[in-house]
Amino acid sequence: MASIILFAPLVGAIICGFGWRIIGEKAAMWVATGLLFFACLLSWIVFLGFDGQMQQIHILDFIQSGSLDTAWAIRLDRLTAIMLIVVTSVSALVHLYSFGYMDHDPQWGEGETYKPRFFAYLSFFTFAMLSLVTADNLVQMFFGWEGVGVASYLLIGFYWKKPTASAAAIKAFVVNRVGDFGFALGIFALFMLTDSIAFDDVFAAGPALADTTLHFLWRDWNAANLIGFLLFVGAMGKSAQFILHTWLPDAMEGPTPVSALIHAATMVTAGVFLVCRMSPIYEYAPQATSFIVFLGALTAFFAATVGLVQNDIKRVIAYSTCSQLGYMFVAAGVGVYSVAMFHLFTHAFFKAMLFLGAGSVIHAMHHEQDMRNYGNLRKKIPYTFWAMMIGTLAITGVGIPLTHFGFAGFLSKDAVIESAYAGGTGFAFWALVVAACFTSFYSWRLMFMTFFGEERGDKHTHEHAHESPKVMLIPLGALALGAVFSGMVWYGSFFGDNVNKFFGIPAAAYGEAKDGHGDDSAKGSKEAKAEYADSNGHEDQSDDHAKATDLHGTAPEGAIFMGPDNHVLHDAHYVPKWVKISPFIAMLIGLGVAYLFYIVNPALPKKLAEQQRPLYLFLLNKWYVDEIYDFLFVRPARALGNFLWKKGDGTVIDGFLNGVAMGIIPFFTRLAGRAQSGYLFHYAFAMVIGIAVLVTWMTISGGAE
Amino acid sequence: MISADINVVLPEIVLAVYAMAALIFAVYTSKDKAAGLLVWVTSAVFVVVALWIGMGGNGTKEAFNGAFVDDGFARFAKVVILLSAAAVMVMGQEFMAKRDLLRFEYPILITLASVGMMMMVSAGDLMALYMGLELQSLSLYVVASLRRDSARSTEAGLKYFVLGALSSGMLLYGASLTYGYAGTTLFDGIIASIGDEGISLGLLFGLVFMITGLAFKVSAVPFHMWTPDVYEGSPTPVTAFFATAPKMAAMGLFARVMHDAFGTATQDWGQVIALLAVLSMFLGAVAAIGQRDIKRLMAYSSIAHMGFALMGLASGTATGVEAMLIYMTIYVAMNVGTFAFILSMEKDGKPVTDIDSLQMYSKVEPLKAAALLVLMFSLAGVPPMVGFFGKLAVLQAAVDAGMVWLAVAGVIASVIGAFYYLRIVFYMYFGEERDQALDTSGNPVLFGFLMLSAFVMLAGVINLFGVDGMAAAAAGTLVN
Repeated sequence: MASIILFAPLVGAIICGFGWRIIGEKAAMWVATGLLFFACLLSWIVFLGFDGQMQQIHILDFIQSGSLDTAWAIRLDRLTAIMLIVVTSVSALVHLYSFGYMDHDPQWGEGETYKPRFFAYLSFFTFAMLSLVTADNLVQMFFGWEGVGVASYLLIGFYWKKPTASAAAIKAFVVNRVGDFGFALGIFALFMLTDSIAFDDVFAAGPALADTTLHFLWRDWNAANLIGFLLFVGAMGKSAQFILHTWLPDAMEGPTPVSALIHAATMVTAGVFLVCRMSPIYEYAPQATSFIVFLGALTAFFAATVGLVQNDIKRVIAYSTCSQLGYMFVAAGVGVYSVAMFHLFTHAFFKAMLFLGAGSVIHAMHHEQDMRNYGNLRKKIPYTFWAMMIGTLAITGVGIPLTHFGFAGFLSKDAVIESAYAGGTGFAFWALVVAACFTSFYSWRLMFMTFFGEERGDKHTHEHAHESPKVMLIPLGALALGAVFSGMVWYGSFFGDNVNKFFGIPAAAYGEAKDGHGDDSAKGSKEAKAEYADSNGHEDQSDDHAKATDLHGTAPEGAIFMGPDNHVLHDAHYVPKWVKISPFIAMLIGLGVAYLFYIVNPALPKKLAEQQRPLYLFLLNKWYVDEIYDFLFVRPARALGNFLWKKGDGTVIDGFLNGVAMGIIPFFTRLAGRAQSGYLFHYAFAMVIGIAVLVTWMTISGGAE
Repeated sequence: MISADINVVLPEIVLAVYAMAALIFAVYTSKDKAAGLLVWVTSAVFVVVALWIGMGGNGTKEAFNGAFVDDGFARFAKVVILLSAAAVMVMGQEFMAKRDLLRFEYPILITLASVGMMMMVSAGDLMALYMGLELQSLSLYVVASLRRDSARSTEAGLKYFVLGALSSGMLLYGASLTYGYAGTTLFDGIIASIGDEGISLGLLFGLVFMITGLAFKVSAVPFHMWTPDVYEGSPTPVTAFFATAPKMAAMGLFARVMHDAFGTATQDWGQVIALLAVLSMFLGAVAAIGQRDIKRLMAYSSIAHMGFALMGLASGTATGVEAMLIYMTIYVAMNVGTFAFILSMEKDGKPVTDIDSLQMYSKVEPLKAAALLVLMFSLAGVPPMVGFFGKLAVLQAAVDAGMVWLAVAGVIASVIGAFYYLRIVFYMYFGEERDQALDTSGNPVLFGFLMLSAFVMLAGVINLFGVDGMAAAAAGTLVN
C-alpha cells in the first residue's frame, strides 16, 4: 500500500505532464488530482491502522558501489505515517483548489496551456516529498530532498514571464544549495564513520559517535555534534531558518496554491522532519541541539518581528511560516521530537488554510496582494472570511487555558512553549512567548486590514470582488476541520500519555523515561559506553575501516528516540501554571493591540511608525539581511564572476588560445612549409644536422659519463 | 642443424620462392596481362602465410646461430605486415589498372619488400638486420618510381633512394662502430658487452648512428624530410603501402634493436627516442595544417603518428612496447581505411587529392562521408573511436615510465593535430556548396575496406578485438 501511495503522484505527474496532449487538458488534471486523492485515502488508512511497528518495504536496489549499498526502500513508521497524511492531504486539497485558482490566470494569454504543467509539477513535488519522508537511508532521502528543491524551483518560477519570479526561483535554489552542502557533508561524515547510510546502521552508531572525534576544518570535533550540526545546516536551508531564510518570502512569487503546499505545509517542514528522524543521533549531540534551540528561537522571534510590518498578505503569512518553523525546531532541539511533529502536523492544516484563504482573497481581488488596498471584505466573501477566521484562531492559539480544549494551534504551540521551558533554556522560552504575542498581533492585523474597516484602494476592484468557486471553498472547509480538531484529537498521542505507544517506543525505555531516575539502566548504559570507549582505544591504531565496523550496535526501536537522560517531555507536563498561561496572555495582548491599532484608531500605526522610524525601517527591511547578503556575497561573487569572465575567460584564456591557434601555430606551419623546400641537399643537410645534434647531446649527457 | 634452421625461416623462404616463381611465370607468359591475377594470388598467399604464422608456432626459436629470431613479437609484427600489405595491394589494383600502371613486377616487388620486412622484425644480428632492411628498401625505391613517365614519381623514387642511401650509410657506420666496440654483430653479444658500468662511448656513438638510420625508416623528425615528397609523388596505391606495412616493420625493427641489443641501456636511448618522438609529434601536427593535398597531409599525419608510437618505445618498458604495438596496429587499420577512401577520390575519372574537393561531400555520399568522419575522429584520437585507445596506451606507458612531460607534450600535439582532421570533417559537413563534386564511384573493394575500417574503429571500443592481449604477449617475449 505504501508503494502505491509513493508512486501514484509520480504516475499522475507523468500522465499529466506528458500525456495531456493525448488525453486533453481537463482529463490530465483530473487524473493527477484523482490519483492524489486516492493516495490520500490510502495514507489515512495507513495512519489510522498503524500499530507502531516499523516496517521496511524493499522496492529496488539503488546504488551499489564498494561498501555503499543503497536500497530504495520505504521505512514505514509513525513519523512516516504522519508525514504521509500531511503531505497527501494538503497536496490533494491544493490540487483541487488549483482548479479554481489557476483558471484564467492573467499571467497567460488566450490559448496558452499552463494548467497541466502546473498540475504535473505539483504531483511531481508530492512524489519527491513522499520519497523524502519514506526514505530508508540518507541517500534516498537526499534524492527526495533535491527532488522537492527542483519542484520548488519550477513552481516558484512558474510565472517565468515575470522577472521577479525567475529571480526568486533562482534565489530559492541557490540558498538551498548552501544548506544542501551542509547536509551532504553530514551524510559523507556519517558514511565515513559508520560505513553505511542506512538509517538502521546510522542510528545504532549514535552512542559510539558521541565518543568519536572527527577532524574537520583544522580541528577535531565531536563526531555526533559535528554531524548533527551539518545535518541541521541542511535543515536550515530547507526550513528557512535564520541566516538561510531569505528565500522563503521571495518564494511567494509562485502561485498561491504552491505557497500553501510547498512553502507552508510540506517542504519547509522537511528540516524538522529530518531532525526528528535523526533523533538517535541528536540525542548524543548536546551542543548541536543547543544550537538548534537557539537558532529556532531566534528565527521564531525574528520572523515574527518582520511579520509585524509587512503589507503583502502572502509575505505576512510567509514570515509567519518562518516563525512557526522556529517553534518546531525549538521543540526538536530540546529533545521533545513528538511535540515538534505535533506542531508540524497542526501547522500544516491551519497554515495551508491561511494560504488558501489568502489565495481566495487574492482571487476575489483580482490578484491584488497589498493589504493596504483591502478592507471590509467580510461581507463580500463570507466563506473565505470564516475560513480565515478559523485559521487565525488556530495560529494565534485560542483555547481554554489549563485545559486541553482549543484550536489546533493552541494545543501544539503551548506544548512547544512548555517544552521550551522544561528544556531549561530561558532565552528560547521568552523568545517564543514574545513571538506568540507578535504572531497574534500580525495575524489579527491581517484579519482586520483585510476584512474590517473601510474599503481602501481601487473602487472598481472592490465592486467586483466575488466569492470563490466551490472547488476552492471545499478544500478550505476540509482544512478548517483539521485546524479545529487535529490538536484536540491527537493531543494525547503527541504530547500526552500515549506518546510512547504512538511512536512505537518500547516499554522499557518508556518506563525509564517516565520514572525520571532510572538509575540502574542509566548506569548500565554508561558502563557499556565506557567499555566501548576502551575497546575503541585499542582499535585506534588500526585503520578507519575497522573502527567503522566497530561503531555498529543495534538501532533503538521506535520512530523517535529519546535518550535515557532526556526527561524534557515528562517535565513539560509539570511546568508552573504561569508558564502554561503565558502564551495565552501573549495572544490576548497581541489581539488587544491589533484591535486598538486597526479598529479603534487606525491612525495610530502610522504615527507610531513615524515616531520609531529607524525601528520601523529595520523591520520593514527584514533586518536588512538581504542587503547584508547582497553586500557580502552577491556583489563580490558578481564582481569575481565578471572578472573571471571578462579578464579570465575572455582575455586570458580566449586570448591565449586565439593567439596560439591563429598566430603561433600558423607561423610554425609556414616555417615547416618553407623548410620542405623540395631540394634534396636541404633534406640531407637536415639529417646531418640532426645526427650531429644527437651525437653531441649524447656525448655530453649520455651514459658514458 | 640446417634443416632446423630452415624450418624456422620457412615462411620467408616460401614467400621468396613464390616471388621468384611468379616472376618467371609472368615473364614467360602474358607479362603485364597477368598482373591483375598476380595481385589477387599474391594477396591470397600473404593472407595464408599470415594465418600460418599467426596460428602456428609458439615459443621462441632461433636460427643461424641467433641471427634470425622467431618469437611472439616477430610473429605479431609479421601478421600485421602481411595482412596490411595484402589489403593495400588489393585496394590499389583498380586504380593502377585504370592508369596503366599495373605492371606484373608490382606484386612481386611488394612480396620481396615484405620478405625484407619479415627479416627485419626477426633480425637477431646486425647483418641480418641490414639484409632485411636493404631488401625492403630497394624494393620500395623501385615501386616509388613505378610511374616512369611521370616526373614527380621518378623524382620521388630518386629522392627516396638518395636519402635512403644516406641513412643506410649512417646505419652501417653505426653498425660497424658497434661491432668494433662490442666485438660481435649478434644482438646477444652486444647486450652482453654492455657492462654494469654502463654503455661505452664507442657503443653509444654506434647506437646513436643506428637510431638515426632507423629513424629515417620510420620517418621521425628530423629524418622525415623525404616523406611528404615521396608520399605525394608516388602513385596513390604505393603511398598507401608506404604508410602501412613498412612503418610497422621499421617500428618492429626499432624495438627489436633497442631491446635485444641495447636492452640494458634504456636510459640512454630512451631520451634520444623521446626527443625524436616530441619533434615528430609536433612537426607532424603543425606542418600538416598547411597542407591542401590529402596525400601530403597523410604524410605529415604519419609522421605525427610515428611520434606517438615512438613515445611508447621511449618509455623502455614492456608496457611501452605493448602500447607501441597496439598503436601501430590501430594506425595501420586506420590508414588502410583512409587510403581506401583516398583511392576512391576521383573527378571525371581522374584522381583528385585536393581536400577542397571534399566540400559538402556528405550531400554527395552520406555513407562514405560518415565512414570518413569516423576514421578522421579516430586518427585525431577522439573517444570512443579506437584511435583514442592507442593514444591512451602510449600516454599511459610514458606516464608509468616517469616521462610525464613526454605525455603532456603528446597531449598538446594531439590537440594541435586534431585541427586538420576535423577540418576535413568540417569541409564534408559544413563546407561550401560546390557544383563540381567528386564522382560517385562504386568500387566495391574500396567501399568494403572503407566501411570495414570505419566499423572496426567503432566496434573496437568493446575489447579492441583482443589486440591488446596479443600485443602484451608479444611485448613480453621481447622485453623480459
